[in-house]
Amino acid sequence: MNTNHRKWMAWGLIGLVPTFCMTALAQGAVTDEYRWLTFTVFAAIIGVTMYVTYLAAKRVKSASDFYTAGGGVTGLQNGWAIAGDYLSAASFLGIAGLISQYGYDGFMYSVGWLVAYITVLLVIAEPCRNIGRYTLPDILAYRNDPRKMRIVGAISVITVSTFYLTAQMVGGGVLVKTLIGIDYEISVIAVGVLMLAYVLFGGMVATTWVQIIKAILLVIASLVLVMLVWLPYGFSLPAFLADVVGDPKVQAKVASLLGDQSAGMSAAELGQRFLEPGLYFKNPIDQISLGMALVFGTAGLPHILMRFFTVPTAQQARKSVVWAMAIIGGFYVLTLFLGFGAAKHVGPAAIAAVDAGGNMAGPLLAQYLGGGANSFLGNFMLAFVSAVAFATIVAVVAGLVLAAASAIAHDLYVGVYHGGDVVPPQQQVRAARVATVIVGATAIMIGIAAKGQNVAHLVALAFAVAASANFPCVLLTLYWRRCNTGGIVAGMIVGTVVAVGLTLVSPNVTYPKAVKAAAQKVLDGQEAKRTALEAALAAGDVHIAGQAKLDLASLEKAVKKAQDDLTKFEGKETSLLGLEKPLFGLKNPGIISIPLGFLAVLLGSLLFRDKRADDMWNELYARQNTGILASKATSH
Amino acid sequence: MAIESAVDWNAVIADPRFQSLHRRKQRFLTGLMVLSVAYYFLLPIGAAYFQDLYKIRVWGPVNVGLLFALSEFIVAWLIAYYYSRRAGAEFDRMAREIAADHENKGKT
Repeated sequence: MNTNHRKWMAWGLIGLVPTFCMTALAQGAVTDEYRWLTFTVFAAIIGVTMYVTYLAAKRVKSASDFYTAGGGVTGLQNGWAIAGDYLSAASFLGIAGLISQYGYDGFMYSVGWLVAYITVLLVIAEPCRNIGRYTLPDILAYRNDPRKMRIVGAISVITVSTFYLTAQMVGGGVLVKTLIGIDYEISVIAVGVLMLAYVLFGGMVATTWVQIIKAILLVIASLVLVMLVWLPYGFSLPAFLADVVGDPKVQAKVASLLGDQSAGMSAAELGQRFLEPGLYFKNPIDQISLGMALVFGTAGLPHILMRFFTVPTAQQARKSVVWAMAIIGGFYVLTLFLGFGAAKHVGPAAIAAVDAGGNMAGPLLAQYLGGGANSFLGNFMLAFVSAVAFATIVAVVAGLVLAAASAIAHDLYVGVYHGGDVVPPQQQVRAARVATVIVGATAIMIGIAAKGQNVAHLVALAFAVAASANFPCVLLTLYWRRCNTGGIVAGMIVGTVVAVGLTLVSPNVTYPKAVKAAAQKVLDGQEAKRTALEAALAAGDVHIAGQAKLDLASLEKAVKKAQDDLTKFEGKETSLLGLEKPLFGLKNPGIISIPLGFLAVLLGSLLFRDKRADDMWNELYARQNTGILASKATSH
Repeated sequence: MAIESAVDWNAVIADPRFQSLHRRKQRFLTGLMVLSVAYYFLLPIGAAYFQDLYKIRVWGPVNVGLLFALSEFIVAWLIAYYYSRRAGAEFDRMAREIAADHENKGKT
C-alpha cells in the first residue's frame, strides 16, 4: 500500500462516517432542529483528529513507530494520553450518573480509579519501561521461556482487551443512539471505522494524539460545566451542597431508594441522606472485591502498560504517571460537581427517564446550563458534550485495539510463528496493520452481535482478569527471584479461569427464573401503584404532580419491560451454565481470584525448575532498577 | 542480544551501591504501597461498618464521610508527589552512577 493509496483510503473512510450518520436518524436527546449543530461539532473534532492522523501516518515507518511512537513521547504528553486512554465513557458519563442517582456512593466509587495509579507508579511503570519493548508478554519473556510467555501473555492480553472492548463498543453504540438518535448498528460501525482509521494509518503516534486531544476536550468541557454550576454559590462547597440536599427532586429520589425505611424521615433528613453511604452499595465485601480489582488491575491492563513503552526513560514514565494522576484525580473531583449539579438542576428521576443507568446526567446538565432544551446555547453545549463523549469512546477503543493487535502481530506472529527469526521491519508493520484490521472488524461484529445485552459488568471483569492474572505475573517476575516459567503459566491460567469462571456463576449472569419472578411481581403490584400515583396527580400540588408524572412514566416502562421479559424467557428456567440461581454470591470475583492468581504463581514457580529464569534474574533485576542499556533495548 | 552481554550483571548486583539502592527502594516502596492500600480500603470498610461516624456533619451539610472521600484524593496525590521527589533526588542519581560505571566497563 503506497502513501497515495493510503491517503485516499483515509479520506474515503472519513467521508463514510457523516454519510452513515445522516442517513439513519431516529429520536435522541438532541432535537431535530438542532441536530446540524451536533454534527458540526462532531465533524470539527473528527476533522482535527484526522488531520493529526494524516501527519502521523508519515512518521510510522517501523514496528517501533507503530507500537510505541518510536519511544519519542514526553512524560507530560504521555500523562494526558494515559488519562485519555483511561477515562472511558464509563467514567465520564457513568460516574457522574451514579452520583446523580445515588449521591455519596457514586463519589466513593470514583476513588478506586485514581488510587489504582499508585500501584502503577510505585511498582510497575519504571521497571516495565526499563526492560520492556512493545507489549506485556515482552516483560514476561525477558527471563522466562519466550515462546510459552508469548502464547499465555497474548491470550491474556486478548482476553482482557476483548472484554473491555465489548463493553466500550456496546456502551458507545447505546450512548450515541441515546444522544443523537443514530441507529445502534450505525453508531457501532461509525466508532469502529473511525478508530480503525486512526490506528491503521497513524499507529501509536496518532492514537497518542487522539487520546491527548480527547483528554483536553474532556477536561475543558467538565471545567466549563463545573464553573457554571458552582459560580452561583461563590465557589462554596457547603452552600452548593446545602442547595442540593434541599432540593425536593433529590429528596424524592432518596425516599424512593429507601422505600419503607424512609417513613418518618423529614425532608431535610432525606436530603442529607443523599450525602451518606449505603444508597448504592449494599454488600461491603462485593465493594472491597471491586476495589481490589481496580487497585491491582489497572497495573495489569495491557493498553495502559503499553503507554509506558512510548516514553524514552524511566524518569519520563514516572513523570507521565504523576501527570496522569493529577488529570484523572482532578477530573473525578469535577465529576462530584457534575453529578450533584445534575441531581439538583435536572433531577434524578428526569435523568433516569432518558437512560435508566443515569448516563445522561452530564449531557442533560450541559443542556440545562446553556439555557434548556429550546435554546441555542443549551443545544450547543449538549452537542459539545455529546461530541466529547463520542471522541472518548473512539480514543479508548483505539488504545484497546492497538494493544490486542500488538499481541497478535508482535507476540504471536513475529515471536511465536517466526520464533525469533529476523523479520524485516516492513513485514512487521504490515503484520501489525493486518492484525489491527482483524481486531477492529471483530470489535464491530461483537458490538453488533451483543446489541441489547447487559455488558456493564464486562469492564469490571476486564479489571478482575488483569488483577488476577496479569498483575501477579508481572509483579513477581520483576521482584521475586524464584519466579519462573511454570509460575507464570500457572498464574495466567488460574487467574483468568477463576475470574471468568466465578463471574459466569455470579449474579451478573441472567437467571431466567429469577427474572420472571421479578417481572411477575412488577405486574402484580402495578395496579396499586398506578392508583396511588393517579391520586397524587389529581391532588394539585405542582411539585408532587410533576414527580408523580415522572414516576408514572417509569412505571409504564417497568411494566413494559416485565412483559417483554416474560415473553423473552418463556419456557427457560436456567442460566447460560444451566443454573437456576447464582452459585457465587458476589458480583466481583477479585477477592477470591486475585489471591488465587498470586498463589498459582508461587506454587508453579516452586514446583518447576527453570534454569533460564534463574540465570537471567541478575540481569533483569539490575536493569529494572538502574535502566542500564534501557535506550539500547528500544533500538534493536 | 550481543551488546547486552558486554555488561557484567553479576558485578552490578554485587556492587555495594546497587545493594544500597535496592535496600532503600524496597523499604520505601513497600511502606508507601502498604500505606496507600490500607488508606484506600479504610474508606469502603468505614462506609459499611462505621456509618454513624460518616454521618457526622462538620461544615454545613458536608459530613465526615465526604471529607474522608475527598482526603483519598489528597493522600493519593501526596504519595505520588512524595515518591517522585525522593526518586528524582536520590534513586535516579544512584542508578545513574551505577549505570555509567558498568556500561563503560562493558565497552573497554
